[in-house]
Amino acid sequence: MTAVTDHSQGDEGFRLSQLLYDTRYRSVTIQIIALLALIAGLGWLLNNAVSNLAAAGQDFNFGFLGSVAGYDINQRLIEYDSQMTHGRATLVGLLNTLLVAVLGCITCTVIGVIMGVLRLSPNWIVRQLSAVYVEAFRNVPVLLWIVLIMGVMIKVPPQPRAFRGDNPDATMSLWDSVAITNRGIYIPRPTYEAGSALVVGVFLASIVAIFAFRWFAKKRQEETGQILPVFWVGLGLFFVPAILTQLVMGSPIGLEYPELAGFNFSGGIHLRNSLIALWIALSLYTGAFVAENVRAGILSVSKGQTEAAASLGIRPNRIMNLVVLPQALRVIIPPMISNYLNLTKNSSLALAIGYMDLTGTLGNITRNQTGREMESVLLLMAIYLSLSLSISAVGNWYNNSVKLKER
Amino acid sequence: MKKSVFFGALAASALVAGAASAQTLAEVQDRGSLRCGVTTGLVGFAAPDANGEWEGFDVAVCRAVAAAVLGDGSAVEFIPTTGSTRFTALASGEIDMLARNTTWTFSRDVDLEFEFTGINYYDGQGFMVREDLGVTSATELDGATVCIQTGTTTELNLADYFRANGMSYEPVPIETNAEAQQQYLANACDVYTTDASGLAATRAAFEDAAAHIVLPEIISKEPLGPLVRHGDHAWGDVVRWSLNALIAAEELGITSANLEEMAAGTDNPEINRLLGTEGSLGEMLGLSADWAKNAIAVGGNYGEVFDANIGPDTAIGLSRGLNAQWTDGGLLYSPPFR
Amino acid sequence: MSDTHANTVAFVRETQIPQSPPPATERGIVKWLRENMFSSVLNSILSLLSIFFIFMLIKDLGPWFWNSTWNAENLAECRELNSGACFAVINERWPQFFFGFYPAEERWRPVLAFLLLFPALAPVLFDKAPRALLVVTLLFPFVAYWLIWGGSIAFPLAVLLGFVLAFVIWKALAKTQPTIALIVSVLVLVLYQLVVGGAGLVENILMGILGNPEDGPALLAFEEVESRNIGGFLLTLILGITSISLALPIGILLALGRQSDLIIIKYICVGFIEFIRGVPLITLLFVANVLLAYFLPPGTTFDLILRVVIMVTAFAAAYLAEVVRGGLAALPRGQYEAADSLGLDYWQAMQLIILPQALKISIPGIVNVFIGLFKDTVLVSIISMYDPLGIVQPILADSDWNGILWELYGFVALFFFIFCYAMSQYSRYLEQKLRTDHR
Repeated sequence: MTAVTDHSQGDEGFRLSQLLYDTRYRSVTIQIIALLALIAGLGWLLNNAVSNLAAAGQDFNFGFLGSVAGYDINQRLIEYDSQMTHGRATLVGLLNTLLVAVLGCITCTVIGVIMGVLRLSPNWIVRQLSAVYVEAFRNVPVLLWIVLIMGVMIKVPPQPRAFRGDNPDATMSLWDSVAITNRGIYIPRPTYEAGSALVVGVFLASIVAIFAFRWFAKKRQEETGQILPVFWVGLGLFFVPAILTQLVMGSPIGLEYPELAGFNFSGGIHLRNSLIALWIALSLYTGAFVAENVRAGILSVSKGQTEAAASLGIRPNRIMNLVVLPQALRVIIPPMISNYLNLTKNSSLALAIGYMDLTGTLGNITRNQTGREMESVLLLMAIYLSLSLSISAVGNWYNNSVKLKER
Repeated sequence: MKKSVFFGALAASALVAGAASAQTLAEVQDRGSLRCGVTTGLVGFAAPDANGEWEGFDVAVCRAVAAAVLGDGSAVEFIPTTGSTRFTALASGEIDMLARNTTWTFSRDVDLEFEFTGINYYDGQGFMVREDLGVTSATELDGATVCIQTGTTTELNLADYFRANGMSYEPVPIETNAEAQQQYLANACDVYTTDASGLAATRAAFEDAAAHIVLPEIISKEPLGPLVRHGDHAWGDVVRWSLNALIAAEELGITSANLEEMAAGTDNPEINRLLGTEGSLGEMLGLSADWAKNAIAVGGNYGEVFDANIGPDTAIGLSRGLNAQWTDGGLLYSPPFR
Repeated sequence: MSDTHANTVAFVRETQIPQSPPPATERGIVKWLRENMFSSVLNSILSLLSIFFIFMLIKDLGPWFWNSTWNAENLAECRELNSGACFAVINERWPQFFFGFYPAEERWRPVLAFLLLFPALAPVLFDKAPRALLVVTLLFPFVAYWLIWGGSIAFPLAVLLGFVLAFVIWKALAKTQPTIALIVSVLVLVLYQLVVGGAGLVENILMGILGNPEDGPALLAFEEVESRNIGGFLLTLILGITSISLALPIGILLALGRQSDLIIIKYICVGFIEFIRGVPLITLLFVANVLLAYFLPPGTTFDLILRVVIMVTAFAAAYLAEVVRGGLAALPRGQYEAADSLGLDYWQAMQLIILPQALKISIPGIVNVFIGLFKDTVLVSIISMYDPLGIVQPILADSDWNGILWELYGFVALFFFIFCYAMSQYSRYLEQKLRTDHR
């Protein structure tokens, strides 16, 4: 982009002023100055940090990660108690971050795709409702949605003790298997007894069989043009063998139902308010952005494509699947990656409602109890940074694999 | 200086070095106001009213120090901090002193490098539950859901206590007292635990305070006091002796009612030394001679401050208990002014 | 014709039948309903579901609004008076929502600054506004600072003088030596503000004329207001507008740097952008709140609002850089080559050819970043600043309003919705206006 001026003829040797006026040298000069400025700036910051730490009598080491944490964490995906180390607490927090990020990414995609398609629906009222949804969530800060939904979770559902007594104010839903309380939702937990390995094995095998059948059906279609009912066969394969095995083996996989015991429900899986509020808020918020991307993606496929497909006699739902979506996906996927990234980063707002994610453990309690501010915050940033970079790396890889191959 | 930094930065140049950190006293005097870190809102200890005017027991300590240093109890900027931002604010020099019901512990003193300048309230961690829960002792709390403020010693005490008693619990971590209150009132947790004084203050703000009880168990020692940064002893002395002046004033019978009269000179040499009519205590601190008089004039002596903010006649209704003068069987004991 | 027919055909209508109305199903509301809501079975089901949903919403929320109370001393009184929402809390606390703890008798100052914002923004946002208003735009930051923070006008005036000085030098040299002019004027600016203490010197001289407000009555001086007392929507607007206006130029420079041929500059920019985009804003705010003090010379104190502005600006600039980069990449290669072939140098090419087109393409993205930035300012409540969300805390702690929640959050949400929706509508308008291709 730099204009190349004609200096080559009549070379009179190097003069100092060429560093500034000669475009060949100027770029080098600018870069070296920039580099020196950067190094000087960083050096200055580091020097300040070192002298400040020295003045405060602190050092810079991550030894605190090995000392006893002393605090409890309510939601833990791996074994943890208050006698374990700060490092372990950090790991628990990281897993909680990942949990809500993965759950959120899945639901925001589902919500976003549905809402994006509905925004283009011929149905007026549906179109208006989805527009209201998108505008409401895009234009209000996600932190506000998180605390608002947390407020709903705390205030609206019944307390656990409302379930007590002979004639309770509240009852469990779904045939006494799910308890919705203002401390979270309790759902049944699967229990694995002898023989359950076989059921799981059969289930995995049937999944493999589904893929094999799809491959076979595709090959068959290409060879003979005959279309096999992939969906129904797949559905059958998904459920039937595993359920049969489960019945034949005498139900080795059981369900542990939540029960009211003492102050709270016990047994089952406890989905805490903080997790649910964060999950719902992040999904709905990011879903609004996804909806806009999906809409833009579908609109980007020109009407001629749909009409051409229709003129070939393809039915409407197949037009969507075979013609419109594959082309729309190329427009949809790149912003989706940044939506997933944003969702993951926004999960750090968990702090506001006490969900014990990475920010809640390392960035808040550990930072506070140990007083290692510099180390904790830097480590926190490093972990988030590597998380984001890996998400975008995976995203870019996928994007490259679906994008138009231009030669 | 601050504002010159502001526009300096707009000019992409944002650095003006201030005075070195070891001269907080001179800095406060230059600035003409004291920056005091308080809680974001705990009725009775520190909370802004509808006009943004801060009031409370901790606030009174800030005002006393400001009066001692600057002669004006209103020359205070109150900087609200949460349990997790308070130490940062102090360490970074954003505030000159912290008066936010902070427990004096070994590691905060030695490892975090803060200097606790005395104790203004002897407290302990307690539990509050609804009366209709039928719980009368903390040992019956097995399996309970407990609301707790993060970044505090109470969090660690709680883990220790339940562990030692072989009980399980479900912690609900919360950033501020106000949110904890919301969750507790909505019954999203069975128990709210924090310092007993904080519980009383929180309960006082409830519509039906009588429906909630504080359990008899006090599971920790929580000596609360103001603190400053390590290494600035001159400033530490100012804060320490301002607090001691309030305590000594009660012991010596100096009240806001008779302050002027006493300041004119009495037969008691210690009162005279304290109020600056005799000796040169103020000068030694680098303050004016009537520093202690100014400090006491703001809200009266320790007992008056206590009664006005958290005492039995207020909504919070705390009795003096451990916080009575040593002469009345309490723990308050100011070193002599000599 | 009609004659022959008259003989051979028994009856011929000689006048046209008056047009009959279309069938009931094909007109008016019925037609509209049929086409837009009940065109197929699926659509009918969806419509009924939607109507049911709206009905439930109104049934639940309607009474809450209708039976709301606007005048009460506290929540208990509210509950006694009526069953619905208790907006009395907004009625009592609205000054805090708008101004934080800004002194009551001085509130006209931020209001005036806000009103001045409109003439200042007009020439930037709408090309029909008179160009002369640009002077207002350029002076606005100084006037607004003076109005909001108070103190003597000497200080903003002294800083302004530095900018004027640098501008004059740049103007004088720009004709002959554009590069040197830029470098010299920036140097003069930096030296004036920092090293020589020119700003301080001039400020003192001006103070000498006007009088120092700290010593006694002074001309053109307001009571100073501490940053700590600034809160509510005022704080949101200060953070948002300052960061937005600082982030745009920085973001463009970063994008140009990232696209540059200069390898070192390129990687510095890439590193900065990827780092900032890779971490959550909340960690950057932790840095502003916690770590910045460690990285600056001992004893440096820094206004918290300024620290937050720096971090939010850096955050927004990195995102803007990516948006602008997208615009740059979308330009056909020919545009760059055409600029080169005209003999324009790099800056001329960027200024006259590349950026106008690239920025036009990126406008929706830029406005989205702005909306995002504006929304992200609520995160400062986590580092205990009293922004609209943070100001809810002391209200919750107040025994009068214990247990109130929806009214407060709803009010804050409404404010953000209005501002952000207005911004996105403006972006639509701009897109329409700048669309030069004829479709």
